[in-house]
Amino acid sequence: MSLFKSITDSQIWRSVFRHKYPDNPRDQSLAVLSNVFLHLHPIKVRKSGVRISFTWCMGGITFFLFLLETITGVLLMFYYRPTVEFAFNDIRDLRDTVPIGIMRELHRWGAHAMVISVWFHMLRVFLTGSYKPPREFNWNVGVILLVLTLLLSFTGYLLPWDQLAIWAITVGTNMARATPMVGHEGPGASLLYLGDVPMVTAGSDVRYALLGGTVVGAAALLRFYVLHCVAIPLGAGVLMAVHFWRVRKDGGISGPL
Amino acid sequence: MTPPVSAAPEAPAKPGAPASAAGGLPRRTFLEKAAIGWAAFSAATLAMLLAMGRFMFPNDLFEPPTKFKIGKPEEYAVGVVDERWKAERKIWVIREKEGIYVLSTTCTHLGCTPNWLQTDNKFKCPCHGSGFYITGVNFEGPAPRPLERFKVGFAADGQIEVDKSRKFQKELGQWSDPDAYLKYLG
Repeated sequence: MSLFKSITDSQIWRSVFRHKYPDNPRDQSLAVLSNVFLHLHPIKVRKSGVRISFTWCMGGITFFLFLLETITGVLLMFYYRPTVEFAFNDIRDLRDTVPIGIMRELHRWGAHAMVISVWFHMLRVFLTGSYKPPREFNWNVGVILLVLTLLLSFTGYLLPWDQLAIWAITVGTNMARATPMVGHEGPGASLLYLGDVPMVTAGSDVRYALLGGTVVGAAALLRFYVLHCVAIPLGAGVLMAVHFWRVRKDGGISGPL
Repeated sequence: MTPPVSAAPEAPAKPGAPASAAGGLPRRTFLEKAAIGWAAFSAATLAMLLAMGRFMFPNDLFEPPTKFKIGKPEEYAVGVVDERWKAERKIWVIREKEGIYVLSTTCTHLGCTPNWLQTDNKFKCPCHGSGFYITGVNFEGPAPRPLERFKVGFAADGQIEVDKSRKFQKELGQWSDPDAYLKYLG
């Protein structure tokens, strides 16, 4: 028996790979279907699915950038401390002291690229009419993903704790306090009373919950760090699963309308 | 050929039949129990979500206190915008002939910190150019309303006490409130 055959017939190999070498349709199907990472993909793809002039590949590029951001982000987390004492200097150290020295830049440029690519993806979907029934729900899922992408940018922006960061978030959260009903300076806040106790004040509106206080300080930095690294990526991950699944169920990417 | 059919055929496999000694639950009983279970699960989930929402609003803030003393009125010169507390407390202290008032250093446009320009006798915000008179009233740029004033009073030891948790906005007519201005003739 050849060495190759004795390996592929061994119990270890067969416990990992539950199908033969996929050189026939049955095994090709099995190779995808029985794999947790691959089974969200279709077994076959239309030719139109790989035509850049149809798809612009923008959805795929966006997903790739999300993965890039996740990986570079996790690497950054080994050196960055989200406290007012360390944040600014840790970002500088990531450039000047830490090996490779471009992880922060990769992450930042990747973020800009991802925001651009989601907008182009949205434009492409609109231009190809891929929001029409039965795909309207997936369009809405995509809009929520767009908002989550922008929120990821917003929360990540604060983390370097430089002048740009602090003032951008000051302006952004000051806009939040003007939101109707949930912002203490917005219209409708004075209507929400429980008896004679105001429910929406500077100490209890959406801005207070966002900042963890009344000023952009240590609590805000920690909160935005958790939102940026854990909460929003988890939500985006779940919605991306729904988004890709819907494309599958509607007949695959770049299918006829 | 066919075996004789018995008079009353047994139906042990029929679902939903009344419980027999060996058999299962009636459908109605199962659904009643399931409904109770789902109701309990939903109530618990709702309670958890409400608790998580409340969790996001902190009870304790590690921020500087809103009430503080800033010295005696004699330490402030008449007609001068005093900036000694600008960095630490984010206020300007202005003493006039009749008394003292305290302005917030937060521009009413989008929240930057204006600068006091002595030569031009105005507050000017570096972010978008909002301009305010020495009284705090806006007169140029995108600021929609005057700077806010904070409560001023006398503490027991004769020092001026500022309370930033009480603010007064001119456009709401609140500057005429006695707490917005500390009368002191020196």
